[in-house]
Amino acid sequence: MIADGFCGPIGKESAEGIPGHLLKQVYRTMLRIRLFEERVASLVEAKEIKTPCHLYIGQEAVAAGVCAVLEKSDFVYSTHRSHGHYIAKGGDLKSLMAEIFCRSTGCSGGYGGSMHICSPDIGLPGSSAIVGGTIPLAVGTALAFARRGEKSVSCAFFGDGAATEGVMFESLNFAKLRDLPVIFVCENNFYSTHMHISKIQSNSEIYKRAQAFDIPADRIDGNNAVDVYKAAKEAVDRARGGGGPTFIECLTYRWRGHVGPNWDIEEGIRSKEEVDWWVENCALGRMEELLSDMGLLHDKEEKQMRHRVEEEVETALLFAKKSPPPETHDLCGKAFKQEE
Amino acid sequence: MRTLTYAQALNETLHQLIEDDERVILIGQGVNSPWYVGTTTKGLLDRFGEERLIDTPISENAVTGIAVGYAIAGMRPILEHPRMDFMYLAMDQIANHAANWYFMFGGRVNVPLTIWGIINRGGEQAAQHSQALHSLFTHIPGLKVVMPSTPYDAKGLLVAAVRDDNPVLFVDDRWLYEIEGDVPEKLFTVPIGKASVIREGTDVSVIANSYMVHVALKAAQTISDEISVEVIDLRSLKPLDTDLLFESVRKTKRAVVADASWKTCGISAEISSLLSENLFGSLKAPIKRVALPDIPAPAGTVLEKAYYPDAKTIISSIKEIL
Repeated sequence: MIADGFCGPIGKESAEGIPGHLLKQVYRTMLRIRLFEERVASLVEAKEIKTPCHLYIGQEAVAAGVCAVLEKSDFVYSTHRSHGHYIAKGGDLKSLMAEIFCRSTGCSGGYGGSMHICSPDIGLPGSSAIVGGTIPLAVGTALAFARRGEKSVSCAFFGDGAATEGVMFESLNFAKLRDLPVIFVCENNFYSTHMHISKIQSNSEIYKRAQAFDIPADRIDGNNAVDVYKAAKEAVDRARGGGGPTFIECLTYRWRGHVGPNWDIEEGIRSKEEVDWWVENCALGRMEELLSDMGLLHDKEEKQMRHRVEEEVETALLFAKKSPPPETHDLCGKAFKQEE
Repeated sequence: MRTLTYAQALNETLHQLIEDDERVILIGQGVNSPWYVGTTTKGLLDRFGEERLIDTPISENAVTGIAVGYAIAGMRPILEHPRMDFMYLAMDQIANHAANWYFMFGGRVNVPLTIWGIINRGGEQAAQHSQALHSLFTHIPGLKVVMPSTPYDAKGLLVAAVRDDNPVLFVDDRWLYEIEGDVPEKLFTVPIGKASVIREGTDVSVIANSYMVHVALKAAQTISDEISVEVIDLRSLKPLDTDLLFESVRKTKRAVVADASWKTCGISAEISSLLSENLFGSLKAPIKRVALPDIPAPAGTVLEKAYYPDAKTIISSIKEIL
């Protein structure tokens, strides 16, 4: 319907060669993102959370599949839709929830809110709410890695909306010129806020823009975590081996509206049929089915895993609510890092 | 001590900074082209190679972001914009990213980036190659702004900028490049946020920056028989050395602020406000501003002369309040 050929069960044969524990890890990451985000959605609805939350529900396979390939020392740069990348890269749920509540114990000390989260110790130096804004940052970090002779790679997550920003083109050109170790992950969820891609992009095959710069680029099923993992693995291997950048266009879908918990159906932005189609082709469900088919995850174990994640999310929520807001007395001294 | 021109001081400092610290690179449009940067980068490419002298595509915004991402990874880039005018194309990366990053992430991640912006006034270059945008950048929180007027300060402030843990905009002016002065050979720093009294006086304080410091000195010299003018060189626009400004104006009780950017919402307006807010009772006359009119830069030499303030403009402003 929307993305013919990008739906249905994940074939067992496609996962051949990927260790079972890794597949389970990817599933667990997706589950953590899903359950965390569903909880956040309910808290936004209950007006307990004020900071604008751009929910990642539906797109979990992208962050989980890509980050499963990365090491702590690799950097990822995120966007306003930041929670999924943070969780997939290994960020702590308590600090994330506290940041969403704008508390002093948040990962950005309560200064950033949902759109500006960071965890430098695990290779997430920040997320930007300016569309396309972190694409050149990832390239610059890749330049630093290359200059230092390190094998680390840098990764920029961004949406289809960023693919109409000039800065993306400028960044692609520079990255290829110097064959820098950077992975461009475009999460094409078909909507730039309320605008469908067909209304704002003259050619919606985004990956072809990267091909124009001689960058290896492909469009994949972004709701198939195995495909995402394999594409990311190839890209990361290429980058670590000095082969330069890769561009991966992941077709996916955000279930909820651009910001907040609504579904964007009532507003007439998209049809119920369209949303239902994607919900039926749920990335998490497809991965669960695969693991079950492969005999890697049984019902009981899945339930236990789910229960543990739910507990973890509730613990994070309690932590956030108990945490104090940031101090106000030294607010004006915070713009600059002081000399040590 | 040796005498160097301003351009020679910059060149020597760049050589020494890149030599001294493996993390330092110079990146920007035309860093290897005399047409863009005069003689300031002479010999750097031969000595350090394309790995550390990165002449870039014309992609101001991405290249600025690349320098930001390089700094976030723990490096110390010097990013050059050969005409400040071109920095408008990089506003997103300068203002939204570099300047906000440290604060926005609760002090967890800093951006030790030096942005070198060159004012390229005169020479009939008109509205898009002549702009002095330091006031605009001073408006943005999270960005330090320095504007040395002497070869000594050019060296000391460039070193301080590179060693600072925050984004620092280092602004110079091609009109300064032939000015000579004493410069120590070794690397040293001039503290960011400290102004200096460049000429002592008792009747009026002329507060100036960058090239206007030299215009102010010429004005002071011209009328030295009749009026004792104190000239303050701001050196840093952010942080601003209000202590020194207030001390000087408390003494002279009169002030002229001379700045070659637009008068409207410019740094001259900010300084004038600060003096009014804090020293109203001490002032014997209104504060005067010598700055650019609220119009773009014209091309022709005749129009340029009318547009840019000179020593005569400063002298008449001084005389209006004495």
